[in-house]
Amino acid sequence: MGRMSFVLRRLVLLVPTAVGVTIITFFMVHLIPGNPAVTILGQHATPSTVAALDRQLGLNQPLLDQYWLFIDRLFHGNLGMSLYYGVPVSGLITSHLPPTLWLLCYAAVIAVVISVPLATLAASRKDGIRDHVVRVVPLIGLGLPAFWFGLILQTWLGTKLRLFPVTGYGSGFTGHLQSMFLPALTVAVALSPVLIRSLRASMLGVLGAEFITTARAKGVPTPRLLVRHVLRNAVIPAVTVLGINIGYLIGSTVIVEQVFAIPGLGSLMINAIFERDFAVIQSVALIYGVLVVLVNLLTDVAYVALDPRVRFDA
Amino acid sequence: MSGPLQLEVSDLRVEIASHRGVVCPIDGVSLEIAPGEAVGLVGESGSGKSMTLKSILGLLPPDAKVTSGSVVFDGSDLTRMPHSQLNRVRGRRIGMIFQEPMSALNPVMRVGNQIAEGPRVHLGMTRTQSVERAMDLMRRVGIPEPERRFRAYPHEFSGGMRQRVMIAMALSCDPELILCDEPTTALDVTIQDQILRLLAQLCQESGTSLMFVTHDLPVVAQVCHKVAVMYAGRIVERGTVQEVFTRPMHPYTLGLLRSAPDVDHPGHSLEPIPGSPPSLASPPSGCRFHPRCQFAEDDCKVIDPPLRLIEGDRATACLHYERTLDEIGADT
Amino acid sequence: MSAVSAGPAAAPAPAAARIRARGARWYRQPTLVAGLVLLAIILFMCYGAPLLTSFNPDTQNLLEPLVGVGRQGHLLGTDQEGRDTWARLLYGGQVDLRVAGLAVLFPFILGIIVGSLAGYFGGWVDAIIMRIVDIVVAFPFFVLVIALVFVLGTGEKSIYIAITAVGWVSYARITRGEITVAKRQEYVLAAQSGGLSSVRIITRHLLPNVITQSIVYAMSDIVQDILAIVTLSYLGLGIQPPTPDWGTMIATGQNFLTTQWWLTTIPGLAVVITGVALSLIGDGLADLLRPAAS
Repeated sequence: MGRMSFVLRRLVLLVPTAVGVTIITFFMVHLIPGNPAVTILGQHATPSTVAALDRQLGLNQPLLDQYWLFIDRLFHGNLGMSLYYGVPVSGLITSHLPPTLWLLCYAAVIAVVISVPLATLAASRKDGIRDHVVRVVPLIGLGLPAFWFGLILQTWLGTKLRLFPVTGYGSGFTGHLQSMFLPALTVAVALSPVLIRSLRASMLGVLGAEFITTARAKGVPTPRLLVRHVLRNAVIPAVTVLGINIGYLIGSTVIVEQVFAIPGLGSLMINAIFERDFAVIQSVALIYGVLVVLVNLLTDVAYVALDPRVRFDA
Repeated sequence: MSGPLQLEVSDLRVEIASHRGVVCPIDGVSLEIAPGEAVGLVGESGSGKSMTLKSILGLLPPDAKVTSGSVVFDGSDLTRMPHSQLNRVRGRRIGMIFQEPMSALNPVMRVGNQIAEGPRVHLGMTRTQSVERAMDLMRRVGIPEPERRFRAYPHEFSGGMRQRVMIAMALSCDPELILCDEPTTALDVTIQDQILRLLAQLCQESGTSLMFVTHDLPVVAQVCHKVAVMYAGRIVERGTVQEVFTRPMHPYTLGLLRSAPDVDHPGHSLEPIPGSPPSLASPPSGCRFHPRCQFAEDDCKVIDPPLRLIEGDRATACLHYERTLDEIGADT
Repeated sequence: MSAVSAGPAAAPAPAAARIRARGARWYRQPTLVAGLVLLAIILFMCYGAPLLTSFNPDTQNLLEPLVGVGRQGHLLGTDQEGRDTWARLLYGGQVDLRVAGLAVLFPFILGIIVGSLAGYFGGWVDAIIMRIVDIVVAFPFFVLVIALVFVLGTGEKSIYIAITAVGWVSYARITRGEITVAKRQEYVLAAQSGGLSSVRIITRHLLPNVITQSIVYAMSDIVQDILAIVTLSYLGLGIQPPTPDWGTMIATGQNFLTTQWWLTTIPGLAVVITGVALSLIGDGLADLLRPAAS
């Protein structure tokens, strides 16, 4: 029972954050002094287009009314019209969401597959050769531009060695797996340094704990020790870290989608920036914000599920 | 298979490299346990007693090393055993109980599974068999409703119950020897008594030997047959509990006895031992206890006395042990 | 200033004293030293560009497009518009490092100020500020930055504003957390009882103790900023041509990856190496400033 109330409490706390997310996306365009319509239209601003946009967004009305208009539309699933495509933005979002979700999950899986064994290797003998070798990975990886790495992978594994498709989303499940492998790998490599570091740190923390000495005193063989005792405890803070870095994960997908021409939210947004399609930019930013908030909630739930002690904490 | 001595620690020496130089928390310790015996190891905190236990099973912290001596268990030297072989001794033939059950139990693993793990790993039991055995053990150590408690987590238990879990874990593979590292120190006095009785009873029933480390003298008296007194990394006195506690042969033992509350004489004032334990990085010259010793003489400052046999298996490391005997004679 | 009590003002904030003591041993930290040396080399190469190359990074020479490595006096060849790669690398480094350095400074200052206020005064000030922090954090850094760049227009100034608007939150969080704990220490109570003003307490007593975490974080933050700047420039939304920059270099070279692959690879490597240097410094500082294990 305590667990449920913990989750519910977190859910309630999310509401102001979600509201804030909408406020920020709404207000982005009002940051600049002057007519927001002019900002949005940029080069395309002529008196008639400005007037049309004014009407569409209700920019003549007081700010608060505009916001209510925005929220009202939001709840009816109306995210505005795309200036570039000429279709409702909500439709664009729906069609572009699956590839992004695919990329996110695929990348998360690959990142975990890379990071967990490496972190375990490093933590099992602290300051040993293996530890130092593994620690070089985050050192290089943190400064690695994702798009650059993606370009290189694309060229070598895609174009030159023809192992994987170079662009696109592919069709069908296996098609997706193949086409998305390089982009997912790119994003995973961008995420792994953070994961390796924190997983290694939390594993070292667990390895020093008394109950590990107990397990060793029981004669538990090392592989079993590492998996059933160390990892099971170390995973808990690691899940939190993964959740916290979801923003970073998502940010990486934006540029990687562009490099690999994946029809996801990221490339939609970048294209919208070039075309000054404000409604799309605003909506994609909103969706990303909501996504992060949801993932954080999921992380909290996972944390509660994994750690039996949480029930009893305040 | 087992000879007259089950466990023989000979002249064990452990070094830790610290930024203050090389420190020897265990400096030439020798101990013996015969099958079925309960041997106590007492001393102040920092005397090296916990570390002695840990070094028997090779559980020393990474910067500590055994530099000389041996720990012979059933004919083989544990300090020179390869890791995989040592793992087959741990848990299976030698069990260990730790002081702080809250931190010594895996917080995210169900208690029953932790108890069942030993039999699964060492006795090759299937999951069902090991679960049966775990519940059996839980009953033996006095945990009520084992079927329900099996699935519980450590934080759902009280301190005394957690310690019973630890005992069940230690017993799970029917070891020949159990090492106890201050198992009752963290418990309430009333619970302490229960746990001690349980331990004594279980060991008597199965003929398991015990090595019991504590700073609490009455506890040793309750559970052990023999006792060794440890100071500054060395054994300074040895003998049966009866002998050592009524006729101590070392001023440190005398001091320990006098600073322990005596239930039979509640009015007696406690006399702590003056001074504090020496720094092991630079121990005093001669006898390590001499700066705090009321009987210290000139030769004590120069000669570092070895532990020597006096009569039977009474041994002491004091050059002038008769002074202590006289003193205690005057007490009674 | 006040001659009255030497007490509270004189008591050295304990952590600051510790840090000064340990600061004296900085040169014994191998990671820190390695990072500083590497960074020094990078800075020297970039800012010493006039010494290392005679070419101008913006000069196009359509007579010498896509020259190979080491040919015709071009150490690293030229791009498709005949601009010398080596020169662009060095001068571009100047730009990127300068922009990243400034870009980390503004959020640092803003975040610490806001975080101190939140942490010290607590109550509704804290609640509001932390709510705002939660909301900003809900957006991926890059998404917000790119959206702000859209609104603000491209170019260097927009980069500063965008990164500051988004990046202050981490420093605010760190500082607020540290101050919330530190303000309960005795030396703060002593200062308060001595009648010192809040501002003075925060700036003179609390901040010196609390700033170290932010400084360590700033090191990894610079790396993130470099990546953001380079990514924006790759997209054409950041540093505008003709100003040289590693991101634009990667963009211009990307069509030639199968032939003149160094045009894109080298600038990327430059980013990675700079990242390594800064991460080493950050790690070294973290090790140095961590309270000593007993």
